[in-house]
Amino acid sequence: MKLKSFPKGGIHPPHRKNSSYSPDDLNASLPSIATIPLSQHIGAPSKCIVKVGDTVNEEDLIGEASGFVSSNIHTSIPGEVIEIKDLFLPNGRVCPAVVIETKGEFSRIGKSLEIYPWDDIEKEKLIEIIKDSGIVGLGGATFPTHVKLTLPEGFELENLIINAAECEPYLSSDHVLMLEFSREITTGLKILKKILEPKNIYVGMEVNKKDAGDLLTKTFKEENLDASVVLLKNKYPQGAEKNLIKAIIGKEIPSGKLPLSVGVINVNVSTVYAIYEAVCLKRPLVERFVTVGGGAVKNPGVYRVRVGTSVRSLIEECGGFTEEPEKVIFGGPMMGFTVFDLDVPVTKGTSGILALTKKEVNSARTTNCLKCGRCVDGCPMGLVPSKLFKLIDHNLCDEAVENGLNDCVECGSCAYNCPAHLFLVQQFRAGKSIVRRSKGAK
Amino acid sequence: MKDKLVITSSPQFHNGDSTLTVMWSVSIALLPAVIWGVIMFGLSALWIMVVSVLSALLAEYLLNRVYNKSTLWDGSAFLTGLLIGLNMPPDMPGLAWIYVPLGASFFAILIVKGAFGGLGNNWMNPALGGRVFVFFSWTNHMTVWEKPLVDGVTGATPLGGVKSGLLGYSGSASNPLDLLNDVTNSNLTYLDLFIGKIGGSIGEISALLLILGAIFLIIKKIIRWEIYVPYLVVFILLVWCFDGNRFGTGLFTGDILFHLFTGGLILGVFFMATDMVTSPITAKGMLIYGAGCGFLTFLFRVYGANPEGVSLAIIVMNIIVPLINRYTKPQLFGHAKLEAANE
Repeated sequence: MKLKSFPKGGIHPPHRKNSSYSPDDLNASLPSIATIPLSQHIGAPSKCIVKVGDTVNEEDLIGEASGFVSSNIHTSIPGEVIEIKDLFLPNGRVCPAVVIETKGEFSRIGKSLEIYPWDDIEKEKLIEIIKDSGIVGLGGATFPTHVKLTLPEGFELENLIINAAECEPYLSSDHVLMLEFSREITTGLKILKKILEPKNIYVGMEVNKKDAGDLLTKTFKEENLDASVVLLKNKYPQGAEKNLIKAIIGKEIPSGKLPLSVGVINVNVSTVYAIYEAVCLKRPLVERFVTVGGGAVKNPGVYRVRVGTSVRSLIEECGGFTEEPEKVIFGGPMMGFTVFDLDVPVTKGTSGILALTKKEVNSARTTNCLKCGRCVDGCPMGLVPSKLFKLIDHNLCDEAVENGLNDCVECGSCAYNCPAHLFLVQQFRAGKSIVRRSKGAK
Repeated sequence: MKDKLVITSSPQFHNGDSTLTVMWSVSIALLPAVIWGVIMFGLSALWIMVVSVLSALLAEYLLNRVYNKSTLWDGSAFLTGLLIGLNMPPDMPGLAWIYVPLGASFFAILIVKGAFGGLGNNWMNPALGGRVFVFFSWTNHMTVWEKPLVDGVTGATPLGGVKSGLLGYSGSASNPLDLLNDVTNSNLTYLDLFIGKIGGSIGEISALLLILGAIFLIIKKIIRWEIYVPYLVVFILLVWCFDGNRFGTGLFTGDILFHLFTGGLILGVFFMATDMVTSPITAKGMLIYGAGCGFLTFLFRVYGANPEGVSLAIIVMNIIVPLINRYTKPQLFGHAKLEAANE
């Protein structure tokens, strides 16, 4: 069988995926203190509706969406609000966070929850439930899902593409999710089908997850869902939205446009599962699958973790460090963020916590650009990263934009390949923000 | 546990290659050829290479002092010095063995590389620049070729012998090797050419050992097939088609093996033309560049005044690399339709 893929660029980093997990012991320990940031999504931060001293129940609302592009935030544990403080998020921003100390009864976790029928619920009501449950895109971008699912009036959706590519090395959260919850994912897809009424449903994944793909295909058949699993080449960044769509339906999203412009909506498979829980279990988004990995972690694996659990306790649960980590990363090694201490909590968008050793990081001194062209080879967007780097260096950001700066998806393929170890992606981010600021000034 | 962890912008890891590993790998790949040169030509060859390497490092050190950088051991200056050494004739009279390689290395590092901003900014292969500079400065020293394994006896390189031999030739030889053996009273075989028991620059003579080094670089993914394959293919095709004319045997009778194993072609194809800095950055550009190198090498070698042509061909192609880069930009993702709509 010929595997699909995006045509240009891409790299082949080592997979280093460790999808080990124990089905009976998938849940990480509950945090005794949960730190829940009020901005875990793209868009306006949520409005805090609790104050210090308040008692909250499990899954209670603590932050209210403060606009259309915003999201509700719920507490992952019952207890007492002991502090509301400013917190550094992994992406470097500061936002208020609610600190809750566990107290009282867990009414939901560990109990078998009632499964509610959803067949009779109207489309609009389903989107409402998704909105109220605080569901955001769990692939990493954390864009509020209800916004994505609200189609323009009269729009007929051609393709719904489910992103299960999980092309980042180390990460196997989605893989484990699909192996364990194929039936729930199928139900989630049915809900999405009702909301969006797409002509086709595709689930795209790299071929290294073929076992999960076979399982899903079988489940779709048993559940009478007309959706097909598309196996893709193992190549990074197969899961980048634009590349995934190109690989599966062969269409290129025009520069600066959304997937809708080629008749596609793209949803991460973890998000599909969260939609299932929200609709069928009436459960807001308070936990997610997290890969704990990297050479410095003693027992790497995949766990279901409550939002607000600190990295420190999660890593302790995985046996602690075997050696001093060089970096601790939120997300994957290609696009993830480093944190400077271990007190940062897991949020809705945290797909992995990686503690990489010095050897894995492979950093070296930056030298002049060698013009070797490996960045051009790696770039899935057809850019010439070395040239953009130089233009931004010379403060010619407008010219960089003419050369496609804003098409950069920051996948990191160029910098991964660069023998001069130039900070290409960092430079492009800086360039983009300079352009944005100068536009704002005009 | 440290108080604070390292913070960096993504990506957080790397494939492990660095400027250092690239440069030193090329030097390592050249090692067999270096050793062969010393075996064939004796210690004089070793001293010439030592001078060229040390003077290249000295020049880099001076630049470092002036610009307050520390690039002495990034491998680039060492490699340039080594390549210059390998491109030198094995024996030079008087003090020429000091000032010729020194002149070449200083020109390469200070003028070709340093004056344009150091590593990565030179628009011509520094080693070739240095070689051509001393070639035109001390042509008499640069065209005396000691015979291998015998001290003090000089002779022609295979290509030089053929070129001069063809002038007013009236013998019966109908291919370059026979002609060479005829005019130089020697008894060379293709195997001698391949192994490197011939006259020439210190490092260019053994095609076998250079190919071994090249295989190492191919495995390490340092040199690109997009350059050396079109170079070889175009060169071989042109030689096969047209070189027979010089020997009166007509089209499609050119002696491919003879041309492959002589005149530093293998050294040029795998170690000079593939230099990252002075070759194009896109795969398409590399194909054009490689093919151009092959065409020019053929042109200069067969129809030019000098017998070899590899250095000049690569230098000329180096110079038009920015032009090639300009016209081989990759198609931006998501722009094809926009551009079509604007037209």
